[in-house]
Amino acid sequence: MALTMPKPEQEILANRDLLIRRLREILPAESVIDDEIERRAYECDALTMYRQLPLVVVLPETVPQVSAIMALAAEMNVKVVPRGAGTSLSGGSLPLGDGILLGMSKFNKVLDIDYPNRAARVQPGVTNLAITKAVEHRGFYYAPDPSSQIACSIGGNVGENSGGVHCLKYGLTTNNLLGLQIVLMGGEIIELGGKHLDSEGYDLIGLMTGSEGLLGVITEVTVRILQKPQTARGLLLGFPTLDDGGNCVADIIAAGIIPGGLEMMDNMAIIAADDFQPCGYPRDAESLVICELDGTASEVEHLIERVSAIARDNNATDIRVAQTEAERLQFWAGRKNAFPAVGAIGPDYLCMDGTIPRKQLSYVLSEMRALAKRHNLRVANVFHAGDGNLHPLILYDASINGEIEKAEAFGADILRLCVKVGGVLTGEHGVGVEKRDLMHTMFSEADLEQQQRVKCAFDPNHRLNPGKVFPTLHRCAELGHMHVHKGKVPFPDLPRF
Amino acid sequence: MDQFAPSDEGEIIDFVRAAIANEAPLEVAGNATKAALGRPVEADRRLSTRSLRGIHFYEPSELVVSLGPGTTMRELTDLLDQNGQELAFEPIDYAHLFATEPLGGTIGSAVAVNASGPRRIKAGAARDHVLGFSAVSGRGEAFQSGGRVMKNVTGYDLSKLMTGSYGTLAILTDLTLKVLPKPEMEQTLLLHGLGDQNGIDVMTEASGLPHEVSSLAHLPAGCVAAIGPLAGQTAAVTALRIEGPETSVAKRKADLQEHFAPHRAEFSVLSDAHSKTFWGALRDCLPLCAHASDIWRLSTAPTEGARLVETIRKSGVDAAAYYDWAGGLVWLATTTNAETAAPEIRRALHSSGGHATLIRADASSRAGVDVFHPQPTALAALTARIKNSFDPERILNRGRMRKDF
Repeated sequence: MALTMPKPEQEILANRDLLIRRLREILPAESVIDDEIERRAYECDALTMYRQLPLVVVLPETVPQVSAIMALAAEMNVKVVPRGAGTSLSGGSLPLGDGILLGMSKFNKVLDIDYPNRAARVQPGVTNLAITKAVEHRGFYYAPDPSSQIACSIGGNVGENSGGVHCLKYGLTTNNLLGLQIVLMGGEIIELGGKHLDSEGYDLIGLMTGSEGLLGVITEVTVRILQKPQTARGLLLGFPTLDDGGNCVADIIAAGIIPGGLEMMDNMAIIAADDFQPCGYPRDAESLVICELDGTASEVEHLIERVSAIARDNNATDIRVAQTEAERLQFWAGRKNAFPAVGAIGPDYLCMDGTIPRKQLSYVLSEMRALAKRHNLRVANVFHAGDGNLHPLILYDASINGEIEKAEAFGADILRLCVKVGGVLTGEHGVGVEKRDLMHTMFSEADLEQQQRVKCAFDPNHRLNPGKVFPTLHRCAELGHMHVHKGKVPFPDLPRF
Repeated sequence: MDQFAPSDEGEIIDFVRAAIANEAPLEVAGNATKAALGRPVEADRRLSTRSLRGIHFYEPSELVVSLGPGTTMRELTDLLDQNGQELAFEPIDYAHLFATEPLGGTIGSAVAVNASGPRRIKAGAARDHVLGFSAVSGRGEAFQSGGRVMKNVTGYDLSKLMTGSYGTLAILTDLTLKVLPKPEMEQTLLLHGLGDQNGIDVMTEASGLPHEVSSLAHLPAGCVAAIGPLAGQTAAVTALRIEGPETSVAKRKADLQEHFAPHRAEFSVLSDAHSKTFWGALRDCLPLCAHASDIWRLSTAPTEGARLVETIRKSGVDAAAYYDWAGGLVWLATTTNAETAAPEIRRALHSSGGHATLIRADASSRAGVDVFHPQPTALAALTARIKNSFDPERILNRGRMRKDF
């Protein structure tokens, strides 16, 4: 692997036995894992091409324990890598050889459900889907729904600002939070928000969300729960070209319609999904659009007609409206299984996550085909078309020498292409280690330095999840330097008032 | 006060660097329509972004607009209106509270105060609609964050941090915002004559129904007359707003009316135009503007709204109040002086949860009490470190949010 992580610090490695002894003073013996075979289970997250055995794994179950671990880590100058369910696709919880892996899986309780205030307070290890399961008998749900929702934890969702198929209408994690409790490096416990809206100072909930475990450890989350829409109906639309599908998506939005979900797949993804689990997709279509409309029954009926008309105007060859709930779920089944389905024809795949302005869709897809030819690799495409978030799945064979590097190079080219047309490196998976070295394609050195100064306000010694997000680590003292000293005149060439 | 209105980023960098060199803080403003919001700024010079105005691009089908922060709300609103779109977060216009020209404020200032409106519970606040920005920090360095697309998790979300920072971190030079189609139409169902707690109960119930009520407010008797469509009325109203295609609005309104029939309250309905006027007035604090008094804005758990106001009154603070956000936003007018009222209001919030901001008061009150809710020690220290990371010399809007920065 080409990835360079911060060099392990000899002093930390030398103090490993002492660290473990001290950790066992904080935690029960079984919650401090130092055995190599047991540590192996934590050596990677869902970005499995990068692996590293952690120095030690800890599994606390109370907030005071987390606080004590963070205080000890600061005292002994040891690095900490937080981990939720380990489903990160960008290597956000890739361990460090000289770092404590802080597993939050024991924080698995729903603490308080407040229906009148439409809020649920949960521990960070609760899975995304478990929140909806806990409230659905009262007609409520938690809106963000990443594909990994059965496994991924809400703490990880906050760390990565996870999205899902419904975020076009209902927003990402950041738009659905009311409160957080975090523990800083050093052990301070900070409460943010509660059951009310908006923060009383800087929007630190907004800052924490998507900070990829670099600023603090999330120990409690209060989410907004929403009343389920009365009706949700699906449309399955097949098109003879990718352009027609892309134009249909643009026209739906331009008509003022914001569907609950608006997804698109290309032919390779359609065939793979239908082979994996027959779901009646039009196998000869070059693009497939799944459009879900939700709301009151009368509104949905009205919108189905409008969307069908827009699809016809864009040369749709197949227009199917789900007549039953079972049929709606069948429309989704292929899309939701698209990743494993592509995995089945793989044998391996690399999932990318760029976002582009929607209007650039056909240009980006045709460029991507050219790139595929150049790299001599296949790529299947599934998109959250409504918000321009692409998930190209690059197929490769890890058993062939050099194929991983080829896939990575192809992926990097796709992301550069996204940035070139006004898009971004990652829409919902995070930068992690995967896109870290591409940050300069989007940000100048000054942009990255300002972001790192914010990091320094939380973690001045770069102990929390270092080596992620930022391609180069600057010492905080160096970043804070402004050549301003009392008695000395800074910027001597500037005019005085 | 000396005022400068640089015309590009380079000039702003020069101004900030000169301010650092001279240890002379700057007041940061757009058209200064919100200059009376927050603590009085300790600066002799004002840097205005009003010359950074105009639309860079507006793509209705992409739901995105990129513009200079000095663009006025009137220019932006008119442009979006021509395309059947809007800022879904319905930013409050402080013009009535501060006696300035309606829609004369800039979009930059709406972002700086994290403006929102009655649709906050459904559509979010400014923070939820800023996709990206460029700015000059208090270090005199240009930087940018975010982008122009809806889904973006590349790097820290500094847009959230900038939004609501009252110009204390950096000076905006560019903004990219998410815009949305306007609902086809709206209606408001009014229930007349409910007491505060009953009004809150109705709103709590309505917000747990699948009828997608997009705004919920309760105006006690005495707060009603200032709202145009209700002129001449005196009884309290509890208002439920329904937006969308006409057939859907009609059906949901009928369903809600049927649901709340057992309350035996008297119902009436505000048609599209009246409904818009009603929520606009409520958003801009018209029911309390005319009071010759201080005005506070309290954010709390929605079910606690009425109890909170009762606790504040019992503490001896006289208070006229109304409720938005299903009870979660309390607008409160009081003639009790700020030094006396502030600790009582904040004590009351201690049990209900939430925070209070002193929105309108004379300068000496705003200098004397915490305008923004005081923070616990660890959070206050973290906030100061974040401020330092953008503006270590405390050049930008010194004193505006906190006395110590």
